[in-house]
Amino acid sequence: MRALTWHGKHDVRVDTVDDPEIINPRDAIIRVTSTAICGSDLHLYDGYIPTMKAGDILGHEFMGEVVEVGSGSTLKKGQRVVVPFTIACGSCFHCGKHQYSACDNGLPADNQDIAQTIYGHPMAGLFGYSHMTGGYAGGQAEYVRVPFSDVGPIVIPEGVDDDKVLFLSDILPTGWQAAEYAQIEPGDTVAVWGCGPVGLFSVQSAFLMGAERVIAIDHFPHRLELARRFGAETINFEDSKTYEALLEMTGGIGPDACIDAVGLEAHGFFADNVIDQIKASTFLGTDRAHSIRQAILACRKGGRVSMPAVYGGFIDKFPLGALMEKGLTLKTGQTHVQHYMPGLLNAVLEGKIDTTFLISNRLPLEQAAEGYRMFHDQQDEVTKVVLKPGMDLARAA
Amino acid sequence: MSDIRTFRGDDAPLTTAKDLEPTDATGPLGKPKGDSLVGKTVTINRPREQLYRFWRDFSNLPAFLDNVVSVEPVDEGRSRWTVKAPAGKTVEWTSTITEDRPGELIAWASEDGADVPNSGRIDFRDAPGGRGTWVTATIAYDPPGGFIGKVIAKMFQREPAIQARRDLRRFKQLMETGEIATSAWTRRQYEEEID
Repeated sequence: MRALTWHGKHDVRVDTVDDPEIINPRDAIIRVTSTAICGSDLHLYDGYIPTMKAGDILGHEFMGEVVEVGSGSTLKKGQRVVVPFTIACGSCFHCGKHQYSACDNGLPADNQDIAQTIYGHPMAGLFGYSHMTGGYAGGQAEYVRVPFSDVGPIVIPEGVDDDKVLFLSDILPTGWQAAEYAQIEPGDTVAVWGCGPVGLFSVQSAFLMGAERVIAIDHFPHRLELARRFGAETINFEDSKTYEALLEMTGGIGPDACIDAVGLEAHGFFADNVIDQIKASTFLGTDRAHSIRQAILACRKGGRVSMPAVYGGFIDKFPLGALMEKGLTLKTGQTHVQHYMPGLLNAVLEGKIDTTFLISNRLPLEQAAEGYRMFHDQQDEVTKVVLKPGMDLARAA
Repeated sequence: MSDIRTFRGDDAPLTTAKDLEPTDATGPLGKPKGDSLVGKTVTINRPREQLYRFWRDFSNLPAFLDNVVSVEPVDEGRSRWTVKAPAGKTVEWTSTITEDRPGELIAWASEDGADVPNSGRIDFRDAPGGRGTWVTATIAYDPPGGFIGKVIAKMFQREPAIQARRDLRRFKQLMETGEIATSAWTRRQYEEEID
């Protein structure tokens, strides 16, 4: 089959690799019909994530048709499914509590040592996201082996377009969980750092959960315009001082809840960010963390900070004093996708949530490397790239 | 609570002690074999009787004990073990069950002449809060070639401490999910992985 493979920093290629096969009873093989490039894939593209190997197949947002099932799968050939990016067993203690991204059994035993060392505990497996998260082949491919297929994938009714449901795999539940973790109360003002896909879905979700105002922060005019379309007020951090603006826009109180949807590759020329960048490139530290620091400083006393943004390692100058003195609640984590999928699928089918606005580019899988370059270099206009393995090259052009 | 825990001034298991005499930990097993000690506990969301039964049938062990090639019964209470060692070699020994309490404990010791003298015990205890079972493996062993042998073994990831941790995870996966997680996506990759 054809698949997008990683070879190093800014080097991804569509190669011919072996077709996947059923290995374990609960597996299914999916023929991919749509697969997106995620903002977190850019962290791999930029070489920020350790434990990558040349030839690794990327991609963790995908959906398709079931073409083969193991004896323990509950799926049927021909069904269309969206696959969660987290690989979770459904039978351990954490899955029982719907903490799917903390699944004990999603990672192969030998791959658990790294996370155990860095984080203290191994986490769930992830598709196409380094060997620390299991070394599973990802979804930017024609076919994928999906473990625990009786627990993860959700079946999509006939006649619903891929574009409407594809984002159930990661970014829609991630934006929703971020808003849920912000514990929004009626009358609240919610600030969202980053108007990428997760940030924009957090904006939508915050309003659906009863926020009175949402203030979206970014420096890409087009992305801020998308946030405005959902009713958010905006701060362009290149034009305005974010902390000062947030306080003035909230009568000096600060936002009741702050959502950091930026994460480890924060953009912008801020003193702490530049220091982080120097440290990251000299291996003194791994994460650039301006947005979470600012969210903690701006948040009102007794407020909530929700952090869907991906951080992988260590930061310093973390405003621990502000977190403590102001009595903030910080809630974060990889998304428990399986927990949110059924409810969000209904919301999409009922028309309460539309995610198709986000897709700026649809490309055949063969042009995946170009898709990465565009998503990386033109972040203002290119909001989301969806790869279609079945799409013919002529039609795309 | 359990006899693998002996009072030392705190409640932590002996296998987590900073300064350790392996003779302490195997306690009621009598004279221990070997001078290195591994202890590891995993919580498995299944009843202890079920876990004990599966483990007690030694023919099940090679499925999740990565380095165990085979366990052949010799007679009641004795079995012949063939285990992978670094550099493509195998080591062998005959093991005797020294204590067997259904649903609770299996203890063994290798007989004289073992390539890697070892003794140990697997304890099955109810986990608090209805979370299933605590399975604790405590293994004392004499690494081939002493300290140098241990370093070499670690390089090849056949070091018993690493192995015990990974083997217990595989046991947990098999018991909780019915399969052992793998990222292989072709049969060929899978065969190479489990070889």
